Amino acid sequence: MSALALQLKDLRKSFGPAKIIEGVSLDIARGERHAIIGPNGAGKSTLFNLISGLFPPSSGQISLGGKQINGLKPHQINRLGLSRSFQVSNIFANMSVRENVRCGVLWSLGYGHSFWRNIGNLKEVQRKTAEVLEKVGLLDKADVPAVLLTYADQRTLEIAITIAGGADVILLDEPTAGMSHSETARAIELIEMATEGKTLLIVEHDMGVVFGLSDRISVLVYGEIIATGTPEEIRGNARVREAYLGDETDFAEVTA
Amino acid sequence: MTDYSLDRVPDLAPSARYKFATRVMPLLLLALILLSIPLFEPSRTWLSLFNAIGINMVFALSYNMLLGQTGLLSFGHAVYFGLGGYAAMHGMNAIENASYDGGFWAAVPVFALPLVGFAGGALAGAVIGFPSCRRSDVPFAMISLGIAELVAAAGFMFISVFGGEEGITGDRMNGIELFGLSLGPLGDVYWFIAFWTFVGVALMYAFTRTPLGKIAQAVRDNPERVQFVGYNPNRVRYLVFIAAGGFAGLAGGMSAVNYEIFTPESLSVIPSGLVLLMAFIGGARYFAGPILGAVVLTYMQSNLSDYSEAWLLYLGLLFIGMILFAPGGLAGLLLSGTAALKHSFSVKGLLRVGAFASSALLAAAGVIVLVELAVRYSNGFGEAFEPFGLHLAPDQMMSWMVGLVLAGVGIGALKVLSKQGGMGS
Repeated sequence: MSALALQLKDLRKSFGPAKIIEGVSLDIARGERHAIIGPNGAGKSTLFNLISGLFPPSSGQISLGGKQINGLKPHQINRLGLSRSFQVSNIFANMSVRENVRCGVLWSLGYGHSFWRNIGNLKEVQRKTAEVLEKVGLLDKADVPAVLLTYADQRTLEIAITIAGGADVILLDEPTAGMSHSETARAIELIEMATEGKTLLIVEHDMGVVFGLSDRISVLVYGEIIATGTPEEIRGNARVREAYLGDETDFAEVTA
Repeated sequence: MTDYSLDRVPDLAPSARYKFATRVMPLLLLALILLSIPLFEPSRTWLSLFNAIGINMVFALSYNMLLGQTGLLSFGHAVYFGLGGYAAMHGMNAIENASYDGGFWAAVPVFALPLVGFAGGALAGAVIGFPSCRRSDVPFAMISLGIAELVAAAGFMFISVFGGEEGITGDRMNGIELFGLSLGPLGDVYWFIAFWTFVGVALMYAFTRTPLGKIAQAVRDNPERVQFVGYNPNRVRYLVFIAAGGFAGLAGGMSAVNYEIFTPESLSVIPSGLVLLMAFIGGARYFAGPILGAVVLTYMQSNLSDYSEAWLLYLGLLFIGMILFAPGGLAGLLLSGTAALKHSFSVKGLLRVGAFASSALLAAAGVIVLVELAVRYSNGFGEAFEPFGLHLAPDQMMSWMVGLVLAGVGIGALKVLSKQGGMGS
């Protein structure tokens, strides 16, 4: 067993002539909470899509717990214990909240493509579903169709589906995007609780969230990581200040 | 990892009463209807209609496993119905031969032939679905259309298997009799159809309650997300495709025994289109939708054609009307209608529903008058359309005006009513 939960080695991705990711290397330890920040268009979402298997990398290596996963399909990577959320709510709109979470639970409990069991009789599935719903605080909305949830609740459901399978490595893509101040605070509380003991890789724009939550931060600019370090180190890094905001005073303020 | 004990986490399962009312009751009701039909001593005409309805119910439900449950639009589902039916037909002939020479088929009752149909349909689904389920949406639909054309063409070419244009025929009164049914008289065949209709409906309903059935619905809603909860959407589609092929083959097997003949036309895009209409008009979003669609369309097919040669035109109008104004199909209309009544059972509510129904009736009457006049005009025999003792001749301006006014008033009233807030919602 490797001590690293996730390791990227000289990862590159180009779409035609456009080089989006240009040699990203990153080591993320087990249990670490690691944030990726960077200006718009830096390639953060593309990096997530590479790690989770939505796109194959052009070159480089990705390993999950010491096992190489580049080139694998998203469902194969998920089965190896990596789960992700999406920047835009990506839920099963016509199903109830409970059914949404249940979909996230099924594979991990080994029910795969079973067509000879009544899903209503699977106590284990029901218990796990109820557990996840209680954890994220959606228990009272269990029977509401997902499409009717408020925006903040849909974001919560997004996280609930992501953690339902019990993956050890969780990737969250801007979980608080578009949320109000109080909703963000609640979402952060939820993320801290839901990812306890797990490895978390998070893309986030809200600097308050990033510096409060993460053990380490990587700054991605134009497809390259220009700095990785603890929040203190990043805050003090002159190159980051310059590249990220171009304005030292502003950066110091928002990260204070 | 978590310390939630069993009793701390609430039981989210619906109550036993709810489960009984929504899951067991409908099936019991179906069984009751199937069992009570012979008590009314229906005529031969009605019996053959009921048999056709039973076959189409199973066929339409199998189609909806793809369309409504998994979000796969197929234009070639009759391929599996037909191939299953041919498998059953060959089985029937093998049983007949075995009744002289003995052998394996001597032990197979004709009653069990729908199982042969199931195997044939599922096998066809497994072979054809393997390449076609790698795609979804429009490419999947196009591939299904191509395959339907291809298989139908092959049906006319390979005469030893498909019997050419005349198809292949058989005799169902051979081999072992099950449940004391010789399958000779139509009444016997009714019990055969009723049995397999119930089995097919119950199994397909059960399928929606399995992990695979639920994930199929998730694939329908959001195939991208399904990948990130550990499932390969193509694999899920493929497995459902095999099952849907199997149940279509089951319906084909029922049809083989019922009609004792199968022709290559049954593989073509025409029955494929009809089953699509049944699922859509009945309501693809609801499990029971295709059942309603099968009842209504089979009835129209066998009876409306006696009243009007323009019945296909009405079918087309019904289809377009449903798509435009009632995407939930007949099942959706019924549900929203009853929900509206339950919600606010008031004189006003009743009046609204009544007003809606009568305006729709007016509009339909107008359209019918126009269509019938047009048909008679084009036939050129000088024949008049005579509903309820009226005399509407196609060469008189007045007749056309009647149709136009009826349709205009009906459609206008519907518009006004729906502007006031739709049907109870």
